[in-house]
Amino acid sequence: MSWAWANRAMLAHYLGQHLYLSLMPILFGTVIAVPLGIACVRWRWAWPPVLSLTSIFYALPSLALFLVLIDYTGLTDWTVIIPLTLFSMSVLVPNVVDGLRSVPDPVRQAAAAMGFGMLRRLIQVELPLAIPVVIAGLRVATVASISLVSVGQLIGIGGLGYLFTDGEQRDFPTEIYAGLVLLVALALAADAVLLVARRLLTPWERGRVRRGTRRVLAVAWLGSRTDAT
Amino acid sequence: MSYFQIVWQWLTAAQQWHGSNGIPDRLVQHLEYTGIALAIATVIALPLGVAMGHARRGGFAIVSVANFGRALPTLGLLVLVYVLTSGSPASWLVPLAALAIPPILVNAYEGVLGVDPELTDAARGMGMSEWQILRKVEVPVALPLLLLGLRIAAIQVVATATIAAYIGLGGLGRYIIDGLASNEYNVVAGGAALVVLLALAVQAAFMLLRQLIVPQGLRHQTRSS
Repeated sequence: MSWAWANRAMLAHYLGQHLYLSLMPILFGTVIAVPLGIACVRWRWAWPPVLSLTSIFYALPSLALFLVLIDYTGLTDWTVIIPLTLFSMSVLVPNVVDGLRSVPDPVRQAAAAMGFGMLRRLIQVELPLAIPVVIAGLRVATVASISLVSVGQLIGIGGLGYLFTDGEQRDFPTEIYAGLVLLVALALAADAVLLVARRLLTPWERGRVRRGTRRVLAVAWLGSRTDAT
Repeated sequence: MSYFQIVWQWLTAAQQWHGSNGIPDRLVQHLEYTGIALAIATVIALPLGVAMGHARRGGFAIVSVANFGRALPTLGLLVLVYVLTSGSPASWLVPLAALAIPPILVNAYEGVLGVDPELTDAARGMGMSEWQILRKVEVPVALPLLLLGLRIAAIQVVATATIAAYIGLGGLGRYIIDGLASNEYNVVAGGAALVVLLALAVQAAFMLLRQLIVPQGLRHQTRSS
């Protein structure tokens, strides 16, 4: 504890770097995944190839991707951000598609009957209703991304991962503990933020029996049900 | 030279293919670590998940384990166990198996829990014992998810076994860690390519397995249920 306090400036520095390295991929991943998911729902033939591609990206070990990218991006933050973006994207796309497909047909038809055009229906009806499933995917992607950034330390860009390798070299478990605690705390905090966001964005879900929640969680962990069956 | 040329040159060099640091030996080591860790995790997590799904109990605990397991950083876990056990040879096994447990557990639980109650009720009505229901109805119907859990676990273990080279484990990660230490990018690039190929092969193997052992009627289950 006293060690952590004495080194709080260093810990804060690596925590900040970790936050940056893990959240940029989530941001980019979301920006890519939402339009891609919408396109895959709109044009059904696009879904099978996109799904295969995402399951391949999902399987690629991030360390290997970092190393491949060194040749193109050098040792910059991008070397870590790009592979993690691909990873978040591969988690998010199936969730966007599942979320949009979970919108009941009568709801869609009601919107059409009220004179909503395609775009307005998408923005005001379908996307909001897909939010719980999309956020379930975001939770998985965010927590995984936060945990994966530390692997970047093997090429020297790893936020809190520095505490792991440094602790190992100095044979100093306290430093490793500090890294683990901060990293897990960061993951839990990010998860809590997303839970609050879901609550705020989906007021109609409040007070409802929470029966469906666990299933959504499970679907998120699986990555995608369609992939499963 | 592009990445692919570097890799091709390294892969096709004759000295890569024999000896104790050759690709065949390293690959076998890697598969060994993966197999042992996966077997241990399966023996612990699969019966537990199936039993909890059958009893329809413990969902909260399972989800908590899953979330916590996902947040744990592999590198941190590896170095911690390594430092605490002062480099004991089995130190890699604990984190590797620990990482494989959550996906197997969650998917086994969700798979069995998701079996249509009408099916189990019908089986019960036919006079099947609980054990028979589990073995003849629930497990076969949950098979796609059981396999998915194993696949996710296998992919994670393959990736993490690579990282474990950092604490002195053999396997394909050796090329990466040693290449980084000695600044030989071609070795690093070759090692990375091998790890990618192995991950894709594992993914493909599980897809094939699914084709082979999942009954036809279950393969295209829709998510309407």
